[in-house]
Amino acid sequence: MSVDAPSKKPIAEAVEVPTFQITLRIERYNPEFDTESHYEDYEVTVHGTDRVLDALHTIKWDMDGSLSFRRSCAHGVCGSDAMRINGKNRLACKTLVKDVNPDKPITIEPIKGLPVEKDLIVDMEPFFDSYREIMPFLVTTGHEPTHERIQSQADKDRFDDTTKCILCAACTSSCPVFWNDGQYFGPAAIVNAHRFIFDSRDEAGDQRLQILNDKEGVWRCRTVFNCTEACPRGIEVTKAIAEVKRAIITRRV
Amino acid sequence: MVVLRLAGKGRTVAVQPKAASGSLYRGREGMWSWVAHRIAGVLIFFFLFAHVLDTALVRVSPEAYNTVIGTYQNPVVAFGEIGLVAAVVFHAYNGIRIILVDTNTWATRNQRRLFWVVVGLWVVTMGPFIWRHLSHVFG
Repeated sequence: MSVDAPSKKPIAEAVEVPTFQITLRIERYNPEFDTESHYEDYEVTVHGTDRVLDALHTIKWDMDGSLSFRRSCAHGVCGSDAMRINGKNRLACKTLVKDVNPDKPITIEPIKGLPVEKDLIVDMEPFFDSYREIMPFLVTTGHEPTHERIQSQADKDRFDDTTKCILCAACTSSCPVFWNDGQYFGPAAIVNAHRFIFDSRDEAGDQRLQILNDKEGVWRCRTVFNCTEACPRGIEVTKAIAEVKRAIITRRV
Repeated sequence: MVVLRLAGKGRTVAVQPKAASGSLYRGREGMWSWVAHRIAGVLIFFFLFAHVLDTALVRVSPEAYNTVIGTYQNPVVAFGEIGLVAAVVFHAYNGIRIILVDTNTWATRNQRRLFWVVVGLWVVTMGPFIWRHLSHVFG
Protein backbone atom coordinates (compact mmCIF):
# COMPACT_ATOMS: atom_id res chain seq x y z
CA MET A 1 0.00 0.00 0.00
CA SER A 2 1.39 3.34 -0.97
CA VAL A 3 1.92 6.04 1.58
CA ASP A 4 -0.58 8.47 0.11
CA ALA A 5 -3.37 5.90 -0.21
CA PRO A 6 -5.40 7.07 2.78
CA SER A 7 -5.62 10.58 1.34
CA LYS A 8 -7.42 9.27 -1.73
CA LYS A 9 -10.15 7.76 0.37
CA PRO A 10 -12.89 10.38 0.91
CA ILE A 11 -13.36 10.78 4.64
CA ALA A 12 -16.03 12.81 6.33
CA GLU A 13 -14.62 16.28 6.58
CA ALA A 14 -14.36 17.63 10.11
CA VAL A 15 -16.93 20.41 10.25
CA GLU A 16 -16.38 23.37 12.49
CA VAL A 17 -18.99 23.77 15.18
CA PRO A 18 -21.12 26.66 13.94
CA THR A 19 -21.22 29.86 15.94
CA PHE A 20 -24.20 32.16 15.93
CA GLN A 21 -25.44 35.41 17.37
CA ILE A 22 -28.12 35.31 20.02
CA THR A 23 -29.88 37.90 22.12
CA LEU A 24 -30.34 37.26 25.81
CA ARG A 25 -33.08 39.33 27.43
CA ILE A 26 -32.22 39.24 31.13
CA GLU A 27 -34.35 40.53 33.97
CA ARG A 28 -32.08 42.80 36.00
CA TYR A 29 -32.63 44.13 39.49
CA ASN A 30 -30.12 45.89 41.71
CA PRO A 31 -31.49 46.42 45.23
CA GLU A 32 -29.14 49.37 45.79
CA PHE A 33 -30.51 51.49 42.95
CA ASP A 34 -33.69 49.96 41.53
CA THR A 35 -37.20 49.92 42.93
CA GLU A 36 -38.36 47.66 40.14
CA SER A 37 -36.74 45.17 37.84
CA HIS A 38 -36.15 45.83 34.14
CA TYR A 39 -35.00 43.82 31.14
CA GLU A 40 -31.66 44.26 29.44
CA ASP A 41 -30.66 42.80 26.08
CA TYR A 42 -27.23 41.32 25.42
CA GLU A 43 -25.92 40.25 22.02
CA VAL A 44 -23.71 37.22 22.49
CA THR A 45 -21.81 35.02 20.06
CA VAL A 46 -22.16 31.38 21.06
CA HIS A 47 -21.05 28.01 19.75
CA GLY A 48 -23.58 25.47 18.61
CA THR A 49 -22.64 23.35 21.60
CA ASP A 50 -22.92 26.12 24.19
CA ARG A 51 -25.33 26.07 27.09
CA VAL A 52 -27.27 29.06 28.37
CA LEU A 53 -24.83 29.13 31.29
CA ASP A 54 -21.93 29.63 28.84
CA ALA A 55 -23.73 32.64 27.35
CA LEU A 56 -24.26 34.04 30.86
CA HIS A 57 -20.55 33.53 31.57
CA THR A 58 -19.65 35.41 28.37
CA ILE A 59 -21.79 38.32 29.54
CA LYS A 60 -20.43 38.31 33.08
CA TRP A 61 -16.79 37.83 32.15
CA ASP A 62 -16.51 39.94 28.98
CA MET A 63 -19.42 42.36 28.79
CA ASP A 64 -21.06 43.31 32.06
CA GLY A 65 -19.47 42.17 35.30
CA SER A 66 -22.41 43.46 37.34
CA LEU A 67 -24.66 40.60 36.20
CA SER A 68 -25.32 38.32 39.18
CA PHE A 69 -26.37 34.69 39.13
CA ARG A 70 -25.61 31.56 41.11
CA ARG A 71 -23.68 28.62 39.77
CA SER A 72 -21.28 26.22 41.39
CA CYS A 73 -20.57 22.94 39.65
CA ALA A 74 -21.95 24.00 36.25
CA HIS A 75 -22.75 20.37 35.45
CA GLY A 76 -26.28 19.83 36.71
CA VAL A 77 -25.35 18.36 40.08
CA CYS A 78 -25.30 21.19 42.61
CA GLY A 79 -28.65 22.74 41.64
CA SER A 80 -27.52 26.37 41.94
CA ASP A 81 -28.50 27.82 38.58
CA ALA A 82 -32.23 27.19 38.30
CA MET A 83 -33.78 30.09 36.42
CA ARG A 84 -36.69 30.83 34.13
CA ILE A 85 -35.49 30.39 30.55
CA ASN A 86 -38.12 31.40 27.99
CA GLY A 87 -40.77 31.16 30.69
CA LYS A 88 -39.87 27.69 31.96
CA ASN A 89 -37.80 26.69 34.96
CA ARG A 90 -34.58 25.01 33.89
CA LEU A 91 -30.97 24.68 34.91
CA ALA A 92 -28.87 27.06 32.81
CA CYS A 93 -26.07 24.47 32.85
CA LYS A 94 -28.27 21.73 31.37
CA THR A 95 -29.98 23.82 28.68
CA LEU A 96 -28.34 24.05 25.26
CA VAL A 97 -28.81 27.40 23.53
CA LYS A 98 -29.78 25.62 20.30
CA ASP A 99 -32.69 23.95 22.10
CA VAL A 100 -34.41 27.16 23.24
CA ASN A 101 -35.08 28.79 19.86
CA PRO A 102 -31.98 31.00 19.45
CA ASP A 103 -33.61 32.88 16.52
CA LYS A 104 -35.63 34.95 18.95
CA PRO A 105 -34.38 36.75 22.07
CA ILE A 106 -34.04 34.25 24.92
CA THR A 107 -35.70 35.56 28.09
CA ILE A 108 -33.94 34.82 31.34
CA GLU A 109 -35.67 35.62 34.60
CA PRO A 110 -35.20 34.60 38.23
CA ILE A 111 -37.35 31.73 39.49
CA LYS A 112 -40.78 32.86 40.68
CA GLY A 113 -42.24 32.95 44.17
CA LEU A 114 -39.04 33.62 46.11
CA PRO A 115 -37.85 37.18 46.90
CA VAL A 116 -35.30 38.42 44.37
CA GLU A 117 -32.09 39.62 45.98
CA LYS A 118 -30.22 40.69 42.87
CA ASP A 119 -30.68 39.93 39.18
CA LEU A 120 -31.14 36.14 38.98
CA ILE A 121 -30.34 35.48 42.64
CA VAL A 122 -33.32 34.76 44.88
CA ASP A 123 -33.56 34.26 48.63
CA MET A 124 -33.66 30.46 49.03
CA GLU A 125 -34.28 30.54 52.80
CA PRO A 126 -38.09 30.05 52.65
CA PHE A 127 -37.43 27.07 50.37
CA PHE A 128 -34.90 25.49 52.75
CA ASP A 129 -37.11 26.26 55.78
CA SER A 130 -39.80 24.00 54.29
CA TYR A 131 -37.15 21.41 53.48
CA ARG A 132 -35.91 21.37 57.09
CA GLU A 133 -39.44 21.05 58.44
CA ILE A 134 -40.03 17.64 56.91
CA MET A 135 -36.95 16.25 58.75
CA PRO A 136 -34.77 15.24 55.79
CA PHE A 137 -32.67 12.74 57.70
CA LEU A 138 -32.86 9.08 58.72
CA VAL A 139 -34.67 8.54 62.02
CA THR A 140 -34.22 5.21 63.78
CA THR A 141 -34.63 3.74 67.26
CA GLY A 142 -32.90 0.93 69.07
CA HIS A 143 -29.33 -0.22 68.82
CA GLU A 144 -27.21 0.92 65.94
CA PRO A 145 -26.38 -2.15 63.85
CA THR A 146 -22.73 -3.08 63.51
CA HIS A 147 -23.18 -3.55 59.74
CA GLU A 148 -25.13 -1.69 57.06
CA ARG A 149 -28.88 -1.34 57.31
CA ILE A 150 -29.80 -3.95 54.71
CA GLN A 151 -32.60 -3.20 52.27
CA SER A 152 -34.06 -5.26 49.45
CA GLN A 153 -34.04 -3.94 45.90
CA ALA A 154 -37.84 -3.85 45.93
CA ASP A 155 -37.82 -1.67 49.04
CA LYS A 156 -35.24 0.63 47.50
CA ASP A 157 -37.26 0.96 44.30
CA ARG A 158 -40.17 2.51 46.20
CA PHE A 159 -38.30 5.75 46.84
CA ASP A 160 -35.49 5.51 44.29
CA ASP A 161 -36.95 8.28 42.11
CA THR A 162 -37.11 10.86 44.89
CA THR A 163 -33.48 10.32 45.95
CA LYS A 164 -32.44 12.11 42.76
CA CYS A 165 -33.44 15.57 44.05
CA ILE A 166 -30.68 18.21 43.99
CA LEU A 167 -32.73 20.94 45.76
CA CYS A 168 -32.51 23.41 42.88
CA ALA A 169 -36.05 24.74 43.59
CA ALA A 170 -37.08 24.47 39.91
CA CYS A 171 -40.18 22.50 40.96
CA THR A 172 -41.25 24.57 43.96
CA SER A 173 -40.84 27.85 42.07
CA SER A 174 -42.86 26.52 39.10
CA CYS A 175 -45.88 25.81 41.31
CA PRO A 176 -48.77 28.33 41.02
CA VAL A 177 -49.93 27.39 44.52
CA PHE A 178 -46.49 28.29 45.90
CA TRP A 179 -46.45 31.64 44.02
CA ASN A 180 -49.70 32.63 45.70
CA ASP A 181 -49.03 31.13 49.10
CA GLY A 182 -45.43 31.01 50.25
CA GLN A 183 -46.51 28.98 53.29
CA TYR A 184 -47.15 25.91 51.13
CA PHE A 185 -44.43 23.32 51.69
CA GLY A 186 -43.92 23.05 47.95
CA PRO A 187 -43.04 20.07 45.74
CA ALA A 188 -39.36 19.82 46.72
CA ALA A 189 -40.06 19.46 50.45
CA ILE A 190 -42.71 16.81 49.73
CA VAL A 191 -40.35 14.95 47.37
CA ASN A 192 -37.71 14.83 50.11
CA ALA A 193 -40.28 13.72 52.68
CA HIS A 194 -41.33 10.99 50.23
CA ARG A 195 -37.70 9.85 50.08
CA PHE A 196 -37.80 9.01 53.81
CA ILE A 197 -41.49 8.11 54.27
CA PHE A 198 -41.17 5.22 51.81
CA ASP A 199 -37.73 4.12 53.06
CA SER A 200 -38.13 0.83 54.92
CA ARG A 201 -35.18 1.72 57.19
CA ASP A 202 -36.74 4.95 58.47
CA GLU A 203 -39.04 5.05 61.48
CA ALA A 204 -40.43 8.60 61.42
CA GLY A 205 -42.77 8.13 58.46
CA ASP A 206 -45.89 8.75 60.57
CA GLN A 207 -44.43 11.96 61.92
CA ARG A 208 -43.63 13.23 58.44
CA LEU A 209 -47.09 12.27 57.18
CA GLN A 210 -48.55 14.25 60.07
CA ILE A 211 -46.45 17.30 59.14
CA LEU A 212 -47.62 17.06 55.54
CA ASN A 213 -51.27 16.55 56.55
CA ASP A 214 -51.22 20.24 57.52
CA LYS A 215 -53.44 22.66 55.62
CA GLU A 216 -50.26 23.99 53.98
CA GLY A 217 -49.15 20.44 53.26
CA VAL A 218 -49.86 18.01 50.42
CA TRP A 219 -53.54 18.98 50.16
CA ARG A 220 -52.63 22.30 48.60
CA CYS A 221 -51.34 20.41 45.58
CA ARG A 222 -53.72 20.98 42.68
CA THR A 223 -51.98 18.56 40.30
CA VAL A 224 -50.82 21.33 37.97
CA PHE A 225 -47.79 19.20 36.94
CA ASN A 226 -45.52 22.23 36.39
CA CYS A 227 -43.14 20.66 38.93
CA THR A 228 -42.91 17.39 37.01
CA GLU A 229 -42.21 19.26 33.76
CA ALA A 230 -39.64 21.53 35.44
CA CYS A 231 -37.56 18.93 37.31
CA PRO A 232 -34.10 18.82 35.68
CA ARG A 233 -33.57 15.37 37.22
CA GLY A 234 -36.72 13.92 35.69
CA ILE A 235 -38.31 13.09 39.04
CA GLU A 236 -42.02 12.31 38.74
CA VAL A 237 -42.79 14.96 41.35
CA THR A 238 -46.58 15.00 41.13
CA LYS A 239 -46.64 11.21 41.31
CA ALA A 240 -44.58 11.35 44.51
CA ILE A 241 -46.97 13.92 45.99
CA ALA A 242 -49.95 11.74 45.03
CA GLU A 243 -48.30 8.77 46.80
CA VAL A 244 -47.89 10.85 49.97
CA LYS A 245 -51.55 11.93 49.72
CA ARG A 246 -52.60 8.29 49.46
CA ALA A 247 -50.36 7.28 52.35
CA ILE A 248 -52.00 9.92 54.55
CA ILE A 249 -55.51 8.77 53.62
CA THR A 250 -54.86 5.05 54.02
CA ARG A 251 -52.45 5.52 56.95
CA ARG A 252 -50.36 2.89 55.28
CA VAL A 253 -46.95 3.41 53.74
CA MET B 1 -33.26 52.12 48.16
CA VAL B 2 -31.79 51.17 51.50
CA VAL B 3 -30.43 47.73 52.15
CA LEU B 4 -30.68 46.32 55.65
CA ARG B 5 -28.57 43.65 57.21
CA LEU B 6 -30.67 41.74 59.69
CA ALA B 7 -28.77 41.13 62.89
CA GLY B 8 -28.25 37.48 63.72
CA LYS B 9 -29.56 36.13 60.44
CA GLY B 10 -26.70 37.53 58.39
CA ARG B 11 -28.95 37.91 55.38
CA THR B 12 -29.25 41.05 53.29
CA VAL B 13 -32.86 41.98 52.76
CA ALA B 14 -34.16 44.80 50.60
CA VAL B 15 -36.53 47.10 52.48
CA GLN B 16 -38.97 47.06 49.60
CA PRO B 17 -38.87 43.54 48.23
CA LYS B 18 -39.33 43.51 44.51
CA ALA B 19 -42.81 42.53 43.42
CA ALA B 20 -43.08 39.10 41.84
CA SER B 21 -42.29 39.26 38.17
CA GLY B 22 -45.38 39.51 36.00
CA SER B 23 -44.36 37.48 32.99
CA LEU B 24 -46.28 34.34 32.18
CA TYR B 25 -45.00 30.91 33.17
CA ARG B 26 -45.15 28.57 30.20
CA GLY B 27 -46.83 25.58 31.72
CA ARG B 28 -48.31 22.77 29.68
CA GLU B 29 -51.65 20.94 29.65
CA GLY B 30 -51.61 20.36 33.41
CA MET B 31 -51.33 24.07 34.18
CA TRP B 32 -53.92 25.18 31.62
CA SER B 33 -56.40 22.53 32.74
CA TRP B 34 -55.98 23.86 36.27
CA VAL B 35 -56.52 27.47 35.12
CA ALA B 36 -59.62 26.47 33.12
CA HIS B 37 -60.90 24.39 36.07
CA ARG B 38 -60.56 27.43 38.37
CA ILE B 39 -62.27 29.82 35.97
CA ALA B 40 -65.10 27.33 35.34
CA GLY B 41 -65.47 26.82 39.10
CA VAL B 42 -65.71 30.56 39.81
CA LEU B 43 -68.24 31.03 36.98
CA ILE B 44 -70.39 28.20 38.36
CA PHE B 45 -70.17 29.73 41.83
CA PHE B 46 -71.48 33.07 40.56
CA PHE B 47 -74.25 31.31 38.68
CA LEU B 48 -75.25 29.37 41.81
CA PHE B 49 -75.31 32.63 43.76
CA ALA B 50 -77.83 34.17 41.33
CA HIS B 51 -79.63 30.84 40.99
CA VAL B 52 -80.23 30.50 44.75
CA LEU B 53 -81.58 34.07 44.85
CA ASP B 54 -84.00 33.70 41.94
CA THR B 55 -85.17 30.26 43.07
CA ALA B 56 -85.75 31.64 46.59
CA LEU B 57 -88.15 34.14 45.02
CA VAL B 58 -90.73 31.38 44.66
CA ARG B 59 -91.09 31.56 48.46
CA VAL B 60 -91.79 35.31 48.15
CA SER B 61 -94.41 34.92 45.49
CA PRO B 62 -94.79 32.58 42.52
CA GLU B 63 -95.71 35.57 40.32
CA ALA B 64 -92.44 37.38 41.13
CA TYR B 65 -90.60 34.15 40.38
CA ASN B 66 -92.34 33.80 37.02
CA THR B 67 -91.58 37.45 36.15
CA VAL B 68 -87.87 37.05 36.91
CA ILE B 69 -87.58 33.74 35.07
CA GLY B 70 -89.52 35.33 32.19
CA THR B 71 -86.80 37.96 31.77
CA TYR B 72 -84.35 35.12 31.05
CA GLN B 73 -86.20 34.21 27.85
CA ASN B 74 -83.95 36.10 25.44
CA PRO B 75 -80.99 35.24 23.18
CA VAL B 76 -78.39 36.97 25.39
CA VAL B 77 -79.22 34.73 28.34
CA ALA B 78 -79.45 31.78 25.94
CA PHE B 79 -75.79 32.29 25.03
CA GLY B 80 -75.00 32.74 28.72
CA GLU B 81 -76.59 29.35 29.30
CA ILE B 82 -74.29 27.82 26.71
CA GLY B 83 -71.37 29.29 28.66
CA LEU B 84 -72.78 27.87 31.88
CA VAL B 85 -73.21 24.37 30.46
CA ALA B 86 -69.72 24.59 28.92
CA ALA B 87 -68.28 25.47 32.34
CA VAL B 88 -70.22 22.74 34.18
CA VAL B 89 -69.37 20.04 31.62
CA PHE B 90 -65.66 20.92 31.62
CA HIS B 91 -65.54 21.14 35.42
CA ALA B 92 -67.27 17.76 35.70
CA TYR B 93 -65.05 15.88 33.24
CA ASN B 94 -61.85 17.52 34.46
CA GLY B 95 -62.91 16.85 38.05
CA ILE B 96 -63.01 13.14 37.22
CA ARG B 97 -59.56 13.50 35.64
CA ILE B 98 -58.21 15.12 38.83
CA ILE B 99 -59.65 12.34 40.99
CA LEU B 100 -58.01 9.74 38.74
CA VAL B 101 -54.69 11.62 38.74
CA ASP B 102 -54.69 11.70 42.54
CA THR B 103 -55.65 8.07 43.02
CA ASN B 104 -54.13 6.14 40.15
CA THR B 105 -50.48 5.99 39.09
CA TRP B 106 -51.31 5.27 35.47
CA ALA B 107 -53.51 8.39 35.36
CA THR B 108 -50.76 10.47 37.01
CA ARG B 109 -48.34 9.42 34.30
CA ASN B 110 -50.87 9.96 31.50
CA GLN B 111 -52.44 13.18 32.76
CA ARG B 112 -51.68 15.06 29.52
CA ARG B 113 -53.43 12.41 27.44
CA LEU B 114 -56.35 12.44 29.90
CA PHE B 115 -56.62 16.21 29.49
CA TRP B 116 -57.16 15.78 25.74
CA VAL B 117 -59.71 13.04 26.50
CA VAL B 118 -61.51 15.62 28.68
CA VAL B 119 -61.38 18.17 25.86
CA GLY B 120 -62.68 15.55 23.43
CA LEU B 121 -65.57 14.55 25.69
CA TRP B 122 -66.34 18.21 26.26
CA VAL B 123 -66.59 18.86 22.50
CA VAL B 124 -68.70 15.72 21.98
CA THR B 125 -71.07 16.83 24.75
CA MET B 126 -71.23 20.49 23.80
CA GLY B 127 -71.87 19.98 20.07
CA PRO B 128 -75.28 18.27 20.33
CA PHE B 129 -76.21 20.46 23.30
CA ILE B 130 -75.56 23.72 21.44
CA TRP B 131 -77.48 22.45 18.40
CA ARG B 132 -80.45 21.39 20.54
CA HIS B 133 -80.34 24.49 22.73
CA LEU B 134 -80.18 26.99 19.87
CA SER B 135 -82.92 25.24 17.90
CA HIS B 136 -85.01 25.45 21.07
CA VAL B 137 -84.25 29.17 21.55
CA PHE B 138 -84.64 30.28 17.92
CA GLY B 139 -86.98 27.53 16.72
